[in-house]
Amino acid sequence: MSGPSDFQPTNPALKWIERRLPIMGLMHSSFVAYPTPRNLNYWWTFGAILSLMLGVQILTGVILAMHYTPHADLAFKSVELIVRDVNYGWLLRNIHASGASMFFFAVYIHMFRGLYYGSYKEPREVLWILGVIIYLLMMATGFMGYVLPWGQMSFWGATVITNLFSAVPYFGETIVTWLWGGYAVGNPTLNRFFSLHYLLPFVIAGVVVLHIWALHVAGQNNPAGVEPKSEKDTVPFTPYATIKDMFGVSCFLLFFAWFIFYMPNYLGDADNYIPANPGVTPAHIVPEWYYLPFYAILRSIPNKLAGVVAMFGAIIILAFLPWLDSAKTRSSKYRPLAKQFFWMFVVVCIGLGYLGAQPPEGIYVIVGRILTVCYFAYFLIVLPLLSRIEKPRPVPNSIADDVLAKTGGKSAPMVSTVIALMVAGGLLVGGAHDARADDHGDKPPGQKWSFSGPFGKFDRGALQRGLKVYKEVCSSCHGLSYVAFRNLAEAGGPGYSVAQAQAFASDYKIKDGPNDQGEMFERPGRPADYFPSPFPNEQAARAANGGAAPPDLSLIAKARSYKRGFPMFLIDFFTQYQEQGPDYVAALLQGYEEKAPAGFNLPEGSHYNKYFPGHAIKMPKPLNDGQVTYDDGSPATVAQYAKDVTTFLMWAAEPHMEARKQLGLQVFVFLILLTVLLYFTKKKVWANAH
Amino acid sequence: MTTASSADHPTRRDFLFVATGAVAAVGAAATVWPLVSQMNPDASTIAAGAPIEVDLTPIAEGQDIKVFWRGKPIYISHRTKKQIEEARKVAVSSLPDPQSDEQRVKPGHDQWLVVVGICTHLGCIPIAHEGAYDGFFCPCHGSVYDTSGRIRQGPAPANLPIPPYSFVSDTKIQIG
Repeated sequence: MSGPSDFQPTNPALKWIERRLPIMGLMHSSFVAYPTPRNLNYWWTFGAILSLMLGVQILTGVILAMHYTPHADLAFKSVELIVRDVNYGWLLRNIHASGASMFFFAVYIHMFRGLYYGSYKEPREVLWILGVIIYLLMMATGFMGYVLPWGQMSFWGATVITNLFSAVPYFGETIVTWLWGGYAVGNPTLNRFFSLHYLLPFVIAGVVVLHIWALHVAGQNNPAGVEPKSEKDTVPFTPYATIKDMFGVSCFLLFFAWFIFYMPNYLGDADNYIPANPGVTPAHIVPEWYYLPFYAILRSIPNKLAGVVAMFGAIIILAFLPWLDSAKTRSSKYRPLAKQFFWMFVVVCIGLGYLGAQPPEGIYVIVGRILTVCYFAYFLIVLPLLSRIEKPRPVPNSIADDVLAKTGGKSAPMVSTVIALMVAGGLLVGGAHDARADDHGDKPPGQKWSFSGPFGKFDRGALQRGLKVYKEVCSSCHGLSYVAFRNLAEAGGPGYSVAQAQAFASDYKIKDGPNDQGEMFERPGRPADYFPSPFPNEQAARAANGGAAPPDLSLIAKARSYKRGFPMFLIDFFTQYQEQGPDYVAALLQGYEEKAPAGFNLPEGSHYNKYFPGHAIKMPKPLNDGQVTYDDGSPATVAQYAKDVTTFLMWAAEPHMEARKQLGLQVFVFLILLTVLLYFTKKKVWANAH
Repeated sequence: MTTASSADHPTRRDFLFVATGAVAAVGAAATVWPLVSQMNPDASTIAAGAPIEVDLTPIAEGQDIKVFWRGKPIYISHRTKKQIEEARKVAVSSLPDPQSDEQRVKPGHDQWLVVVGICTHLGCIPIAHEGAYDGFFCPCHGSVYDTSGRIRQGPAPANLPIPPYSFVSDTKIQIG
């Protein structure tokens, strides 16, 4: 994309095409011969990482759309069926869901890099503005994608975000109704969000082409911030930048794979494993971590319209950056004051992100307001002022001089920044965790689970005993509607044979029909049938249980969580702790107390439970010692029952967990090998350039 | 760019490049597999394709029913004596897809013809009891099948396939 190329293919057939459509010349001049500054550091790799992530998201997204059903009654279930039944469906879904987070993670680094090195300055203004447009499109796409699984957070996130537009004077309500296609968020909303979520990535891809075009016209900026002057300042894109990017991408994939295979729910919200319920709002509505800073700005401003304006303004202001900062020196490396303010700005953004995840009360509101002022002050006061008063240090004469100037000892600050950023990112994510799971119950004690950690496997005995407890106790009130009898015989499950699963199924009466006479009838269960629910509908369940419908248990182990707090959530990332759900369920089953503590006002028909949020639970104490007979000599105690049935429910919530961890190990071995090889290849290739 | 300094360690350097490329290629190939495999029938579809049992008692002589197995229509015809005779009279060698009627029914159950009701031409569903041979007639492109479901006229290349089935009792079959 940098003018006509002198590339000529030798093959006559290719020559024939090239004369008519010079596509090979275009590719050659854009991605092979294209001169790239030789002093680029690894922060520049995030451009390549972002291209990769866009590709990954489009590819996995197109595939998921083959299996997903965009209907309010079916969407949640179809996502579960993808994860449970489609070949590698769990893998594709994990890639797509954590891929969104990785995409934003990379784009934030890419943007901060542009900010630090002045990549928005003349002649790269249009390049920068195109980037801001891509970022806006990404936010819209990410938001609509998060709505599609149609869980509680999807539904209420959609409600809250679309309601932002109701702040528009006079037309607000009309606009919101138009966005919804109804009087509330519902099936029409889901349908259009699906359509747009499919469309927008291709719009992004189009703008990315413009972004890269603009980049190849202006040429890449570089850490020194001086334009290349001679041949000595640049190296050809291939092999130098290509191999370096490949190494960077490979490192990034290791980070990505950690989420895909070991922490798939770390960045998600337990509430989103509860199907959307228009009648109940979750205690804390928290957007995905990548929107938190802007969410904090929104909440800092006590006026509805002003809050919305400020939130959008915080993004739009980026587009004016080239004119707000008119300093001649590009790179903050040579701007002692700008450099310090840049890092302060980074801290402000992370601080806002942290606050966005906290409940909007007390000190959080005050700090939020201060940081919001700081955010805007950076753009509107600090940068314009600095460009007038700051005295920059001299910039190197040329890129080649810059490269010669720093030999050795340059990697240390890079490593420390990476670590600092990781910690900060962790803080942000952890902040999001903090706000989740209403915390009026005691903290459940951590249990030892056979399925935790990178090599965790389900204890087959516990699964079989847990199934017995479910069948004999839980199933009288709770359904297990996403689990089929055939699952009992699948690898990574309770370890029954196909015949055993068949026999187990035939004990159940399944409603089928209509037959030729148009009547429903009952027949013995088959392996393909799902566990029947004890009540025909939610109203019946509610009526039979004192007004509280017993939740379906298929996903309960993933749909419940509790606050981990600082610094546990950071440690959790490295220890792969994700057993909040099982810990909570096991604790709840054992948390009943005969009498509520003095002073606690227990409502009629409720029972006191130490671990239940609010302590007053409608479910009576379900398990008692000796209630279920075990054949394998395990103790018939409540503690053992609780542990077994929780193990079983964890398997029910994620039947392919063992496959996930097993494939994860293989992928990690492979990626580490590839990364090491790419590192040495990169060193060899670059040996020629220095 | 291997030319300049490859004289120093030609083999080691080339080995590194080839090894890296090979490992990357293996990774790319392995990545493709889940992307392809996901389009195969999923576990619930496979489970739903389990064998079914069909009760034959309600089907009177000369009648037929259509049941679905794995999403395919299966015709079960209770053939009359005349239909069986017609099917057995024809010289097998004269047929486009030579098969005797005995090969197409279960021994001892001559009156029951069980065929997949999908035209072997392009997948339309033939109509039972139509066409010149009192068998099946496909309205899409005019293929005519006889009372044994064998192709007699028209563009279809083969006889209507027989699904896997067996008699559980004299009045009950299991398909699949």
